[in-house]
Amino acid sequence: MSDAKELQTTGAELDAVRPEGRTLINVRKGQFGARGDTSGYDGLTRFVYAPAAAQRPYGNWFDQVVDVLEELLGDKADAAIEAVVIDRDQLTLHIAREHLVEVCQHLRDDQDLRFEFCLGVNGVHYPADSGRELHAVYPIQSITHNRRLCVEVSVSDADPHIPSVTAVYPANNWHERETWDFFGIIFDGHPGLARIEMPDDWVGHPQRKDYPLGGIPIEYKGAEIPSPDQRRQYR
Amino acid sequence: MKTEDTAPHATSGLGDDDGTAPEFTVYGGDWSEVAEEAARLGGQRFVFNMGPQHPSTHGVLRIMLEVEGERVTELRAGIGYLHTGIEKNMEFRTWTQGVTFCTRMDYVAAMFNEAVYCLGVEKLLGITDDIPDRANVLRVLMMELTRIGSHLVAIGSGGNEMGATTLMTTSFVGREETLKVIEHITGLRTNNGYIRPGGVATDAPDDSVEMIRGMIPKVKARLDELAYLQLENPIFKGRMQGVAVLDLAACMALGVTGPILRSAGVPYDLRKSEPYAGYETYDFQVPTSTDADAYSRVVLRLEECYESLKIVEQCADRLEASMGEAIMVADKKIAWPAQLSVGDDGQGNSFEHIRHIMGESMEALIHHFKLVTEGFPVPAGQAYVAVENPKGTLGCHVVSDGGTKPWRAHFRDPGFNNLQALSMLTEGGQVADVVVAIATIDMVLGGVDR
Amino acid sequence: MTDSAPTPPFIVGKLEDFAGWARAGSMWPATFGLACCAIEMMGTGTPRFDIARFGMEVFRGSPRQADIMIVAGRVSQKMAPILRQVYDQMAEPKWVLAMGVCASSGGMFNNYAIVQGVDHVVPVDIYLPGCPPRPEMLIHALLKVQELAREKPMLRHRKEIAAAAEAAALAATPTSDMKGLLR
Repeated sequence: MSDAKELQTTGAELDAVRPEGRTLINVRKGQFGARGDTSGYDGLTRFVYAPAAAQRPYGNWFDQVVDVLEELLGDKADAAIEAVVIDRDQLTLHIAREHLVEVCQHLRDDQDLRFEFCLGVNGVHYPADSGRELHAVYPIQSITHNRRLCVEVSVSDADPHIPSVTAVYPANNWHERETWDFFGIIFDGHPGLARIEMPDDWVGHPQRKDYPLGGIPIEYKGAEIPSPDQRRQYR
Repeated sequence: MKTEDTAPHATSGLGDDDGTAPEFTVYGGDWSEVAEEAARLGGQRFVFNMGPQHPSTHGVLRIMLEVEGERVTELRAGIGYLHTGIEKNMEFRTWTQGVTFCTRMDYVAAMFNEAVYCLGVEKLLGITDDIPDRANVLRVLMMELTRIGSHLVAIGSGGNEMGATTLMTTSFVGREETLKVIEHITGLRTNNGYIRPGGVATDAPDDSVEMIRGMIPKVKARLDELAYLQLENPIFKGRMQGVAVLDLAACMALGVTGPILRSAGVPYDLRKSEPYAGYETYDFQVPTSTDADAYSRVVLRLEECYESLKIVEQCADRLEASMGEAIMVADKKIAWPAQLSVGDDGQGNSFEHIRHIMGESMEALIHHFKLVTEGFPVPAGQAYVAVENPKGTLGCHVVSDGGTKPWRAHFRDPGFNNLQALSMLTEGGQVADVVVAIATIDMVLGGVDR
Repeated sequence: MTDSAPTPPFIVGKLEDFAGWARAGSMWPATFGLACCAIEMMGTGTPRFDIARFGMEVFRGSPRQADIMIVAGRVSQKMAPILRQVYDQMAEPKWVLAMGVCASSGGMFNNYAIVQGVDHVVPVDIYLPGCPPRPEMLIHALLKVQELAREKPMLRHRKEIAAAAEAAALAATPTSDMKGLLR
């Protein structure tokens, strides 16, 4: 899980030693949330990575699905499928964003795949994973074959564009709007990408990690407890 | 919104102009198109608002209707009026504390939010198979009682919105019977925080089985009464049959699950296709219909209540057989340590537990302290689980960074997804059918907005 | 009527008493159910708890016809202007009951999305804690509102009392200055 040797670095030096293709979920500094105490935990830096890409054979029905998908994609298979991650009995396909719509089309239409339902989009923000900070996870369900897999697309904060899959899965209309609202991921080709949960004139994307929780300090007769994100806490 | 108002009065601006200029108050990214079209059509089409505060919108839902006479030509739903930032709040609370947050999303069927979240956390922890059987039985019991309660709310408030208040009073009386049992076991009527990662919070008291068995015929009587009141009533049939039809192709396109999909002919129920919490060992059926209209969905919901009662009966038998067994995982570094009981000064930790941690076991004291203050760490990664809500597929995507707090928890609420179908259910129909359509989708705005 | 002590054929009482008795006996709540508390509020209206015995089961959709606004549930930033608008549309006399901790103070949701207490938006008469409060607790709060309605001063009397209350409040220590009390 963590590769904390003597690594105390960020930026380019971090990129050089980062395991290939693995998402850096977080860099955890210190323990107990406090800095500068005498416990010695202060200097602890842990790099937490997502599970590595899986090696063949994947097991279960995963091989079959990936084989069919690679066959359908043909030459583009290597470029489209960035990684296949098997973790906790779940298959996650990391797809490059240019090929997302085509992959979804194949997943939905091919009779061996038949993943009819897309259960929405979930955005996740990994500020430490520079260049690939925003991830969009699409859980896709097949009723015919009773299977579920996740498609994951990663984009950077600087260029947060992902093609919309509403042409393939119309159900994703509101889910993509929600992900835009909360993370700022722009879905190109969406019929009406507007804010859905926050008021229309809201500034900022609330569920990003750089957006504060926005709570107020709680005052009671002279004592004050800061908002939940400002308090000293375990992480 | 008019930005030039400076008067500090909430309703300022009314009557300021002389009434000559057309005035549109619109919200949303593409509403400039609406305004243009409305200006072009002049006074032919009438756009109005079934605002967030409305007795019939099942919560704070805003519906923008464009009607021609009685016929709805276009409908859009505006949501977000109950957005609470639950998912972001959960990132600053431990994994166990997250239960109290997520339970308040879909507040009518609170146990399902807890269950799906805990299943996600347990998947990340890898302890899904280690959950004790009694804990699973209690989870199933709670979920099924909540399912009955949720369907009764759906039927009751749907009837109330159509003007049949007796349906609401009858169904809520039935729901109160289930709430009595839930309160007896968990301590709260709703928003319980009962299902926690690793098991359930507290064991069922000794007289629970008797209470459950006594409740079942009462609820059945209410369900029978509801069926008797509604199903052959010509007014009810006239308002519900053939209304809010969503056929199979539309359901599949819009990703609609739950009673709406089952009324379109697909017997898809996650309790059968991807069983969790031991559902594969229970004997129940999945009611399905092919009529795909609002009437068939009411029939389906009543049928599902009867099936849930069957499951509750089986749970009562299993509870009786497993008296005294554990209700939390064996791993003391994850299992929530406290045992609650009702004392003189209210509800709190039971004396046996206090005696144990203070007098008998140092490790127990340490575990209690660390679990309550810090929480347990969860290995890094992500997991996606789904359960069968009364409304459809409730999914939960949890991401962990190896710490004691979630990195991200996202819930796919079936109401959020199914509400997209509202336009398809209503456009071309009558205004009065909009109310029926909303009731038949049965979304809960807390889950929709989170 | 007996012959021994002739009773006069009229009743004398204070205007405030009559008005208060009428108002308290049939307060009609405006539907402002937002979240979980709304379900408990609906439960209070149904036969097990039954606020019809207090004359309150008639939830009016139109704020023009409502007397009391039970803000039941969490008020989000998007909903706050609507809350104010509905409150403004209610006719005097009106009361506001903040039901649940989310309406009273923001509850457990101390974040960007929730107004930390509806008293930021509307003046509140009764705060009812609970998450959600049991129907019995809601009935207790409603009975307290009935007491407020019964004792509500009218006309010149009201102005005097209001002026006195304002003077007292201006002279009192604000809560944020009450320091040292937690020791």
